[in-house]
Amino acid sequence: MPESFEPKIVAFFCNWCTYLAADLAGTSRIKYAPNTRVVRVMCSGRVDPQFVLDAFAKGADGVLIGGCHPGDCHYQEGNYKALRRFVLLKRLVKQMGIEEERLRLEWISAAEGERVKTVVNDMVEKVRALGPRVPARRKEVA
Amino acid sequence: MSKANGDIRIGVYVCHCGTNISAVVDVKSLAAYGATLPNVVVSREYKYLCSDPGQDLIRQDIAERKLNRVVVASCSPHLHEQTFRNALATGGLNPFFLQMVNIREQDSWVTEDKQAATRKARDLVRAAARRVAWNESLERDRIPIHPAVMVVGGGIAGIHAALTLANSGKHVYLVEREPTIGGHMAQFDKTFPTLDCAACILTPKMSAVKSHKNITLWTYSEVTQVDGYVGNFKVKVRRWPRYIKEDLCSGCLECLKACVYKEAKFPDDFNVGLAKRKPIYISFPQAVPQVPVIDPETCIQFKSGKCKKTCIDACGERHAISLQMEEKTEEVEVGNIILATGSQPFDARRIPYYGYGVYPNVYTALEVERLVNASGPTGGEVVLRDGRTPKSVAIVHCVGSRDEGTNRWCSRVCCMYSLKLAHLIKEHTGADIFNFYIDIRTPGKGFEEFYQKLLNERVHFVRGRVAEVTDWALDPSEENKLVIRVEDTLAGIVRRIPVDMVVLSTGLEPQADAEQVRRLFNITCASGGFFLERHPKLAPVSTFTDGIFLAGCCQGPKDIPDTVAQAGAAAAEALALIDAGFVETEPNAAYVMEEVCSGCKTCVAMCPFSAIEFLQEERKARINQAKCKGCGTCVAACPSGSIYQHLFEDQQIFEEIEGILTNA
Amino acid sequence: MASTYGYFPGCSARGTGVAYEESLLTLFRLLNLSLDELKDWNCCGATSYMSIDEGSAFLLSARNLSRARQAGHRELVTPCSACYLVLRKTQDYAARYPEIAKSVGDSLVAANLPPLDSVTVRHPMEVLYNDVGLERIKSKVVRHWRGGRVACYYGCQLVRPFAEADRPHDPTRMDELLQAVGVPTIDYSLKTKCCGGSLTGTIHEVGVRLNYILLKEAARKGAEAIVTICPLCQYNLDAYQGEIRKHAGEPLDMPVFFFTQILGWALGGDARSLGLGRAISGRRSIEEWFSKHAEEVESYV
Repeated sequence: MPESFEPKIVAFFCNWCTYLAADLAGTSRIKYAPNTRVVRVMCSGRVDPQFVLDAFAKGADGVLIGGCHPGDCHYQEGNYKALRRFVLLKRLVKQMGIEEERLRLEWISAAEGERVKTVVNDMVEKVRALGPRVPARRKEVA
Repeated sequence: MSKANGDIRIGVYVCHCGTNISAVVDVKSLAAYGATLPNVVVSREYKYLCSDPGQDLIRQDIAERKLNRVVVASCSPHLHEQTFRNALATGGLNPFFLQMVNIREQDSWVTEDKQAATRKARDLVRAAARRVAWNESLERDRIPIHPAVMVVGGGIAGIHAALTLANSGKHVYLVEREPTIGGHMAQFDKTFPTLDCAACILTPKMSAVKSHKNITLWTYSEVTQVDGYVGNFKVKVRRWPRYIKEDLCSGCLECLKACVYKEAKFPDDFNVGLAKRKPIYISFPQAVPQVPVIDPETCIQFKSGKCKKTCIDACGERHAISLQMEEKTEEVEVGNIILATGSQPFDARRIPYYGYGVYPNVYTALEVERLVNASGPTGGEVVLRDGRTPKSVAIVHCVGSRDEGTNRWCSRVCCMYSLKLAHLIKEHTGADIFNFYIDIRTPGKGFEEFYQKLLNERVHFVRGRVAEVTDWALDPSEENKLVIRVEDTLAGIVRRIPVDMVVLSTGLEPQADAEQVRRLFNITCASGGFFLERHPKLAPVSTFTDGIFLAGCCQGPKDIPDTVAQAGAAAAEALALIDAGFVETEPNAAYVMEEVCSGCKTCVAMCPFSAIEFLQEERKARINQAKCKGCGTCVAACPSGSIYQHLFEDQQIFEEIEGILTNA
Repeated sequence: MASTYGYFPGCSARGTGVAYEESLLTLFRLLNLSLDELKDWNCCGATSYMSIDEGSAFLLSARNLSRARQAGHRELVTPCSACYLVLRKTQDYAARYPEIAKSVGDSLVAANLPPLDSVTVRHPMEVLYNDVGLERIKSKVVRHWRGGRVACYYGCQLVRPFAEADRPHDPTRMDELLQAVGVPTIDYSLKTKCCGGSLTGTIHEVGVRLNYILLKEAARKGAEAIVTICPLCQYNLDAYQGEIRKHAGEPLDMPVFFFTQILGWALGGDARSLGLGRAISGRRSIEEWFSKHAEEVESYV
């Protein structure tokens, strides 16, 4: 594994909780690993498994889905649906040979700016240890 | 679903945000990079894009360069998406051809490595440029706003909000859990810094509420269910039975005198347990409504069925007492809701070394408010539980607040009320007063001057966090006293100060049921447990749920002037919506491509808003665009891929993913 | 609830605190609980070593914990507060700080000892409270208390920072145990104030003064004896009353018991096996209160 491998993690954050938590981390100037690239969705329930598979196929080293805590979904139950899908998706992804630590679902509420840091840092560390998902294909932008 | 047709012309704008972004992200190289992306015809950087000249820059380019897509890389869309959408709209472009990139809150502010931050920004800008090509022209729908408003909580915040709305001609439902409105302010004696009598300034407002034709006052009531959305809330309110008919009661209170309990025996909540009440009671003489309540837990008739019911006799021909009353549920429609549910005082028992509940002469500030109050349990006499008048009093600041072990925040009002109590106690008793503080926080108008007044009154101030309150006597002068052990940090010594009475200035914390209440209204709580406002600086009264506003201590500890200001602000924001008559929706509803729909009905059950109906004859699903809230769950779930979502199309998201991960 | 516990006596149990061990073993025997002493246990280092060389101090405790595990014990009872604290602290720090876990782990491996596992460190006071229970103790009482009111003194190390044995600021379990056997207790505000620990040996006047404060306040509140759970507290409060009488001019002569002695007495233990004769102060009260066996007390010393 190259010395300077920096994993790239595609993150789907729900607008009302996790995205706000990430904003809060920003306003609080909490520093964390710069490896995530956030795609904003309205609800974690919007995250189609195809997005996740597409991200891996196109070279993402990890995929993080962030939603509201169970019971707190802005749209009542979207996060439960995300959870159901996630459980099956995890199995599928494992069968495809992608390590468990590369796909993660976290509940982060709008007040939990600090948690964004903990989760991101932890995931980046774990994924870094695993190495790039597709060693040859991913081209680093200059 | 629109396709990116041939002539896409994108303008990329990178904001410096002063130095907030530019100090970390290389904005110049980012703008230069933007210019190299496909379909980008102009790429600029500017110091403050959200400013007028910044927006003009965009508008100019739209006109001159014939832009049909705009990417703005700046702060969070939560802050300025609306601003830039308006800029596009006034520039003649559909506002939804905008895509924002968050390179501040989620990049420059959270990254130390400048190169990494710039790389991140490049990936995100590239992604946005790909995505925006697939954005489509959308129109906002309008939802009508029901003109009535519900205010939950009848303290000073709720009262002021209700009066403001009612005076403008809108109908208000004011729902209060206690049998009377007035909240904590009704328990205070005098208010700082003017030492106005709290009841004197509050009771006129309370009667105004009672007599206002536009206010429906429901006390002894609680909200149990909230359905709907901004402009169209359906709220269920449970009204507990008082066993006394409000419309028949004249407020004479003869029933209280007549009760078979000659002596009051049960703890009186209004007097914080310092006095007792009978099973039939009224919180305080100026309660609004002026109608007593019968407590079924303590009333003999309810417990055994064998009471002489002297209260009913005393009521006589009015027949206002009705022991058969049952709880009732009301259901109303309102357009907006203002939450003014207040806070609760910190429970001093949680700090055992301050002796509350252990030593009888340790009081909380709220208890002392009742003591100094002329209509309180001791008629305004500051006397200890054993009847003595204290000759020395310690006031301990920051009880429960600014404390890693309990609540980290500063409760904002305690320094001022501690000074106020110091003044009032000294006035009533002439005692030696010691205030033990960490800092003296007196920021408001007239507050610092009030502090100076206290210094001139020879109140002693010791800077040090009290370590303990103990009855341990080291020598005869400390016998029968409570000893304050504290490090006097300015003098640099540890001191023992024996006093007769200790007052704990307890902080403010969220109500015990704040979690349940916020779920009821579908809003969030911040980390301390107070309700979360939309933006701490720029949107302190609105929440992330449109149509629900916050006023008073439920959003965070504050004093009466700030509470009233916030209540007025919440009322104003509600009024703005009502007067506009409609609210515009975010056009992110889902829609079904009926040709592709296979009629499997998977989506129908998924929708928490019941926005999807199944057309039996056609065997297709159809989504009600007004009911759809845009969560996108059905979009992700549809097995045939026939459900799409405006503003968050699959294709748009795939483009974002592609943009993040690969070269353009 | 195990009826055989691993037992770590600590050094003072064989020194100035020998009455503690005697009464502990007697009491447990009366309750059908057995204590299986760890073979080849070593000194825990107490607070002294912890404050000089924390890293090495952890190793001392780690060895004891590991030997407990080796002997198959899931629970290790230690009567001494300092031993209790140091053992618990070692477990706590090893769990929280990877560097300490590593240094401890490495040393255990080098000494051919099993790794630190979940051995629960217990104190007899909470073993009696939790495992035996007040009701069972009450049911086994055979003697009425004929002594005066007592002040239950917990000291600091048992109740802070680990709040498992009792509440840190207002512990009451010892009071409850004694009340269950009919001993009246006072409200003692200084029950968790430091006795000075080893200061009586190092900065003598400071240590003695701290004990003077404890004794005086107990007397002021109407106590005629102090009951403790720590051997060093008992020693400090017991040994210097003569000096206090001389320098402060106060007529203090208060017996300082171990709670196991009082409970053991109520449950039928004899004065000798409870070490009642080993007291330095308050001997007259001891004679009166345990007078049925006065000849035993006199002849023992």
